[in-house]
Amino acid sequence: MPHRSDQEDIASIRAALLGADYVTALALLRRDGDGSGLLARIEQQVVPALDDIGDAWGRGEVSLAEVYISGRLCERLIDDVLREANVSRRAQPKMAIAALDDYHLLGKRLVHASLRAAGYEVADHGRGTAEEIVRRAADEEIEVLLISVLMLPSALRVAEVRSGLAQRGLPTKVVVGGAPFRLDPDLWRQVGADASGPTAACAVSLVDTVWKSSP
Amino acid sequence: MTSIERVLTTLGHNEPDRVPLFLLLSMHGAKELGLSIRDYFARPEHVVEGQLRLRERYGHDCYYLFHHAPLEAQAWGGEVVFVEDGPPNSGEPPLTRAEQIDHLELPVVADCAALTGVLAATSALKSRAGDEVPLIGVVMSPFSLPVMQLGFELYLQVLLEQPERFARLMALNEAFCVEWANAQLRAGATAICYFDPVASPTIVPPTTYRALGQPVARHTLSRIEGPTATHLASGRALPIVDDLASTGTAIIGVGHDEPLAALKAAAHGKVSLLGNLNGVAMCRWTGEQAEAEVKRAIGAAGPGGGFILAEGHGEVPWQVTDDTLLAVADAARRWGAYPLSWVGDHGP
Repeated sequence: MPHRSDQEDIASIRAALLGADYVTALALLRRDGDGSGLLARIEQQVVPALDDIGDAWGRGEVSLAEVYISGRLCERLIDDVLREANVSRRAQPKMAIAALDDYHLLGKRLVHASLRAAGYEVADHGRGTAEEIVRRAADEEIEVLLISVLMLPSALRVAEVRSGLAQRGLPTKVVVGGAPFRLDPDLWRQVGADASGPTAACAVSLVDTVWKSSP
Repeated sequence: MTSIERVLTTLGHNEPDRVPLFLLLSMHGAKELGLSIRDYFARPEHVVEGQLRLRERYGHDCYYLFHHAPLEAQAWGGEVVFVEDGPPNSGEPPLTRAEQIDHLELPVVADCAALTGVLAATSALKSRAGDEVPLIGVVMSPFSLPVMQLGFELYLQVLLEQPERFARLMALNEAFCVEWANAQLRAGATAICYFDPVASPTIVPPTTYRALGQPVARHTLSRIEGPTATHLASGRALPIVDDLASTGTAIIGVGHDEPLAALKAAAHGKVSLLGNLNGVAMCRWTGEQAEAEVKRAIGAAGPGGGFILAEGHGEVPWQVTDDTLLAVADAARRWGAYPLSWVGDHGP
């Protein structure tokens, strides 16, 4: 049988996720048999498939509903295959995600699903004020803090999170996302974040980038 | 031309004296009156005075009766969270389980003080402003209101996986939306802006909109007793321009994610466009940037009429300064005067 390229695998997983086809997606991940190399396979095939879906949303080719469905399915899929193979999630960096001020939690949910689908362990800190988010990040010694917002005032309050972390002397990296940051691509720098991306799937590569840049 | 003549001419896909400008200012009246946003919206007379002063200052072509997005969710038991520097936001959704839809009861507009306050403001503004400037009332579409009733994730589950509950929710929301829109029209609103961001291909696939959202819009808009504009609140519109036009709406509110010229070509002769200045970026625009953005939008969509210049999300952010708004208004008058002889055959 000819060897399938990574690109073919990525395209197959992407199609299965967008089609909400759990059975096919599971078969694709199990194809190589045992659990060895499972995390690498997730990184090489599942993460790019989710990236492709996120990029397609950015170009207007798929909808947020499809991103949500595929992310939810992928999260369940990765849970199942990791448990089946008795493989642990990536524990580093120590990460948490929170919605700042806003009660609209879908963005946080999508990013959480993307990171978990990539094999990461991510604490869900729910929603909170800047002060609450800083306190919990400090208590749990979070190394990468992901913040999701919907409204512009909430985006501007990321600066309070940043200064709160600095006042406590914490080296926590802050990754932000949400509509205001997409509409104004320079806003994340203005509020003192370390990175931002236009889609939920970007979170995986952003976390990797900011973590590697840590001293 | 008066503002209403200017607007009606462009909606007829003809060129008026200049491109109409809708500065969709909901909160800036509080600045005019030196009030907090919470205090400003607490009394109808504040909103009336704020809207009058804003139009006097900027000379734009509408009064905007939009208070804030969670207003209608309040009627369904939702919570409004006020902040000092932005629009009031929705709190915890009033429905936390899909099963609650089965027993949900239709609220009565007259029983909700927040809604009757808007009606009082509309009526008072109409009596002071007269007929020369359109008064824009606002409703959330039945298809999009559930984001605040249920939260986005639970609503997507109901929308995509629970057809009977979705149908019941839409029937209730349609009845509420029609009553609320017609109450505003009776109070003096000239037209209704029908916010329907979930209709956008940014949120659901066009096939889902055609199957589920468009029938709701058709049914609802046909029962609203006045002209309507469908606003997608920064969501994409291009793949569903024809679908939106066929709901009977007169205007589509568009964001800046898509090329305005392509939207204009798709809408030409069928439906007018409202947009598409970037409100978030506007917070940091210089005067020169404001002029360039106004010129870009008018160059792309102004020729032939069928276009109203506006911010593309449906609400100018609190952080946008008076200087920037003045720069936008000045540029709209300067570059929007018809004929747009500065626009070449291939755009500006």
